[in-house]
Amino acid sequence: MIELRFILEGGDFDRAGTASSETKKILKQLNIDPKVIKHTVVALYEAEVNIAAHAYRGEVIITVSDHQILAVLKDEGPGIADINRAMLEGFSTASPKVREMGFGAGMGLPNMKKNADVLEVESTPGAGTTVRMIFNF
Amino acid sequence: MTMKIEKIIRLLDAKIVCGNHRVSDDISYAFSSDLMSDVLTLDAENMLLITGLANVQIIRTAEVAEIHHLVIVRNKKVSDDIVELANELNMILIESPYSMFKASGILYANGLNPLY
Repeated sequence: MIELRFILEGGDFDRAGTASSETKKILKQLNIDPKVIKHTVVALYEAEVNIAAHAYRGEVIITVSDHQILAVLKDEGPGIADINRAMLEGFSTASPKVREMGFGAGMGLPNMKKNADVLEVESTPGAGTTVRMIFNF
Repeated sequence: MTMKIEKIIRLLDAKIVCGNHRVSDDISYAFSSDLMSDVLTLDAENMLLITGLANVQIIRTAEVAEIHHLVIVRNKKVSDDIVELANELNMILIESPYSMFKASGILYANGLNPLY
């Protein structure tokens, strides 16, 4: 079993994606199916962008076991008031700055759901959000 | 039908920013977007991304989406650290003076396939 940890800063768009990039390199070294790698890093990148866009800081923990990749992203931030609404395609509370970067169209969580075998989102408004994703192989 | 990167460069009056070794690559599809969230929903190989953005997130998006060929339209200039990252990730970056509409139209008219 392999565990990877990354610290993320809210608002840091220059570094958003570096955890996904490092994870991709390691999953490749582990000879995991390229399709599984793509699903994992696309979902992970969306989640990283969400933390950069909305949270103050966050942590990513990736655990790779024999037939599964587990990604847990835990952030301190404003949280999500209505998770069901946030899961709808097109619903977004992103700032104009985030939209200028090419994100914030309300496609992040739906795309994470599409790529992960399991997606769980827990949030406490005013405290933060935890996202758990499982990718089976 | 596929199209070689060198032909795309000629058609778009473009120049290579980095990734010269990819000029002979064959491209099967093109997709034009400034919305990286949309690019992240795609599933295609040998795809050209045409974009008006010139920030580091186009490279990160291309990396996770397995895209290695990018055209940046309207003569937008990428910074040195973006070029460095694209080089490291084995991508070709091309700059065209044309608008996204014109670049897409020319490539489509010359037979390059759309993704959808």
